[in-house]
Amino acid sequence: MNYTDGQLEQKSLKLRRSVVKWIKHAGAGHTGGSLSCIDILNVLYNRILNVSPENFTSPDRDRYVQSKGHAVEALFVVLADAGFFDESDLETLCCYQSHYVGHPTRKVNGVEQNTGGLGHGLPICVGTALAGKMDAKDYRVYTLLGDGELAEGSNWEAAMSAAHYKLDNLTAVIDCNTLQIAGRTADVMNSEPLVEKWEAFGWAVRRIDGHDIAALTEALRDPLEAGKPSMVIADTVKGRGVSFMEDVGKWHHGVPNDEEFAKAMEGFDMQLAAKEGALS
Amino acid sequence: MRQAFIEELTLLAETNLNLFLIVGDLGYSVVEPFAERFPDRFLNAGVAEQNMTGLAAGLASCGFHVFTYSIANFPTLRCLEQIRNDVCYHNLPVTVVSVGGGMAYGNLGYSHHATEDLAVTLPLPNIRVIAPGDPFETRLATRELCKKPGPSYLRLGKAREPTIHAAIDGIKDLRTLQILQEGSDVMLVSTGGILEQVKAAAERLTQSGICAGYSSSPYLKPFDEAGLLSIALKTKIIISVEEHGVGGLSSLISETLHRNNMNTLFRCLKTQTENYKFVGSQKHLRAKHGLDEEHISSFAMTCLADLADAT
Repeated sequence: MNYTDGQLEQKSLKLRRSVVKWIKHAGAGHTGGSLSCIDILNVLYNRILNVSPENFTSPDRDRYVQSKGHAVEALFVVLADAGFFDESDLETLCCYQSHYVGHPTRKVNGVEQNTGGLGHGLPICVGTALAGKMDAKDYRVYTLLGDGELAEGSNWEAAMSAAHYKLDNLTAVIDCNTLQIAGRTADVMNSEPLVEKWEAFGWAVRRIDGHDIAALTEALRDPLEAGKPSMVIADTVKGRGVSFMEDVGKWHHGVPNDEEFAKAMEGFDMQLAAKEGALS
Repeated sequence: MRQAFIEELTLLAETNLNLFLIVGDLGYSVVEPFAERFPDRFLNAGVAEQNMTGLAAGLASCGFHVFTYSIANFPTLRCLEQIRNDVCYHNLPVTVVSVGGGMAYGNLGYSHHATEDLAVTLPLPNIRVIAPGDPFETRLATRELCKKPGPSYLRLGKAREPTIHAAIDGIKDLRTLQILQEGSDVMLVSTGGILEQVKAAAERLTQSGICAGYSSSPYLKPFDEAGLLSIALKTKIIISVEEHGVGGLSSLISETLHRNNMNTLFRCLKTQTENYKFVGSQKHLRAKHGLDEEHISSFAMTCLADLADAT
């Protein structure tokens, strides 16, 4: 289906509402980071990636690896929306023996790689992109990193090698919400200046508003530059869409109480009503 | 052993088009035959073992059987989480190869010794762990790994190890404990390149009138428990010998005997942490850790004497 920007913005609101709903249901979840990356995943799965339940086992499919695996609730609701499984499966989120656990696992249809330990996604994607080049395949490889995650040295080993191998079929996105568990990324371990760093490592870099559907589409659709891996630094707001969670570090991992949950749902209803009004 | 490995791998790659070799900027003067014959299936990933292993997992997820190659502790300890999460958890065909298992790079110091690698790889899911005892076992191990690709760790010695088996065709099943000489008084069980010392020790003991046997356990996972229990019924003392600390062969044997209620006397010879401060040639370090033929044989004599006193 071809969505307009407005329709995708509307979908993002619904996906965010689902994230909060299922985290409340499960009693656990990485709320803030899931809400910050929803627009990125929404654009990837609804506009960019050549991947679907029908072609998921095809060697020609595009690959998406969520290196910041803790934002799994965002991935789950987006995969459910894309038809990889029924959203009601998330009734078992975080339950004993459920496949829907606190980090991505390939037991869930649509999940490309098991992740969770930070700093693993980019090296794996370097290998996957390299295999695509060697096999002369047209597929593209995408991964999502957190800005806090960049403190893991393995990312920089992979950064060097992706440029060395000229992997322009690889696009990495940083969900740059500027917060990590213990506080501001700038205070814990400053990863800036990101643009200069990634450019110095030989990547083509674009910095955008990570909640701007049109900007995300433009940045993610094609390699930014032939012969170089692409880095999209997406400036986002942790907890986006829930007023009292936005840019508040404690919602890195947190479950709203009943009162907070009602307030969050009310907020989404209002935002959706406004969006529907704008679209009609 | 490294020569035997690369010769076999190069030969196998002629017909197995999925074989891929990645080195961590090591292996020069060894890997060239493969690199020159198959430049499209060879990479030097640089001095970056975490990326090398993650990259290997990515390639493996696209159908390649990838061998990562480096020396000593670099391809295991430096990137253990990538082996654990990216390779083993995904059950992907990546074989980690380490040259210089134990203290083969003795003079380079503890930073270049692999003395904990078995202990950290053995508990991982889906993995096979193989430490060949001689070049023949190395060739067979390489063939088996290519025949059944999966997460695996191949721990090699270094260079110029003698062949201990009489002939490669004499090895019926590499997955079993390789009894090279039966022994009703004592059976020395070893893994890896220390086999040559074990053989020499067994010969010394035999010359002293002791019925001493020796064997090699190339497969540590899966471990040949039935083979060990069979030995336990036929000998008075089992002594494990390995160029590795706690958590390797000695732990496997100890656990197997205990779990099966076997009371055959078991003693082990392995490296000791208090000796890791010493640097020297592999020969000197083996002696320091009591792992040379002289110490192995005298230790066996002492164990036999203690047993005689006790009974």
